[in-house]
Amino acid sequence: MRIIELFWAWITSPAQWSGADGIPARLGEHLFYTGLALLIALAIALPLGLLAGHTGKGTFLIVNSANAVRALPTLGVLGLVVVLRGIGLLPVMVALVALAIPAILVNTYAGVRAADPAVVDAARGMGMRSSEVLRLVELPLAWPLILLGIRTAVIQIIATATVAAYVGLGGLGRYIFDGLARRDYEAVVGGSVLVVALALLTEAAYALLRRRNPASPSKAPTRTS
Amino acid sequence: MNWQWVRDHIPDFADKLGLHTYLSVMPVLYGLLIAIPLGVACARWPRLYPPVTGLTSTLYALPSVALFMLLLDVTGLSNATVIIPLTVYSLAVLVPNVVDGLRSVPEPVRQSAAAMGFGPVRRLVQVELPVAVPVVMAGLRIATVSNISVVSVGALVGIGGLGQLFTDGLQRDFMTPIVCGIVLTVLLAIAFDGLLVLGLRFLTPWARP
Repeated sequence: MRIIELFWAWITSPAQWSGADGIPARLGEHLFYTGLALLIALAIALPLGLLAGHTGKGTFLIVNSANAVRALPTLGVLGLVVVLRGIGLLPVMVALVALAIPAILVNTYAGVRAADPAVVDAARGMGMRSSEVLRLVELPLAWPLILLGIRTAVIQIIATATVAAYVGLGGLGRYIFDGLARRDYEAVVGGSVLVVALALLTEAAYALLRRRNPASPSKAPTRTS
Repeated sequence: MNWQWVRDHIPDFADKLGLHTYLSVMPVLYGLLIAIPLGVACARWPRLYPPVTGLTSTLYALPSVALFMLLLDVTGLSNATVIIPLTVYSLAVLVPNVVDGLRSVPEPVRQSAAAMGFGPVRRLVQVELPVAVPVVMAGLRIATVSNISVVSVGALVGIGGLGQLFTDGLQRDFMTPIVCGIVLTVLLAIAFDGLLVLGLRFLTPWARP
């Protein structure tokens, strides 16, 4: 296949392995965006989802925020952020985080809500405080679904960060858009295959984590890019 | 917002909406055409199910930009470049729903059908698939709405329907087309979601009070 030849020619060229446009630097950028966006999204969505699930408040808002984000076109959101705020890490990060939050929020919320009420009552009956019930009972029970939400969010961020290279961000998407601009299809293929590999590694990591948690659900996530 | 620009471009919006609809709905139809036999097979032979979902959910994880770019080499600048990856994504959403739907058929219903002399094929077509419709429809809604939002990414390879408004706006640093594109995409998604809900009511008259 031509794709394989093109990729091989690209990846074995020494130019690809050094400097600011080298694979280590670009991969590092992509991982940095993904990690940072995930951390921020987790910091926001995890406590909110746990709290909403624990108290049973905010169902309407949470379910609808997930549906609204599913319909939002990633490229449009990125474009709007860039036109309003200019090219830069901060505006693009805002878009990455905003698109990643619902997956974690909804799954955390649903996971806590799905905790067996009999188990939760038993924990209360044993004299656990509300915060202990959440931390020691509901959180562990919700963990498989939360993990699924995190995986969906990571897949979403990896894909969106690739698109974000179109609006000036670094990362692996740079090869794709610089390659298109230079009519250098070899670089386009190189960048695309690396992005695909990164997504596959995420899947593999999730599969490994899931094996420790056999109760994990296997529903497909939602995608917007 | 430049309202004059919006008024001048209404015919252009209509063209883009049409293409956008075609690019997002065709993959769902193709996906359904493949998902029904695949789902029926997985429901009948449960050992088939884990490898099939493993494969589809792995394919689902692949970013659309990368798939569009890699397909350019095979399909060139044609609608197929966008339709093929979206068909794969739709398939990944639909197969579990077809299987869950078929599994949701109550055992007494299945046995009654058998007792009435329905053969396996007739039972599938006239009893099991209709009972599975609500669960399958839930999958169709997710696949359609997320396709409508993903198609825009196709604008990066020149085939994006409403997504073209985003690339235009970005190249000219002009907000109006971007806002129009977002609004039209969301409205299109809401319209199709509503249509599918209506379709479900029509297809399952027995569920109406």
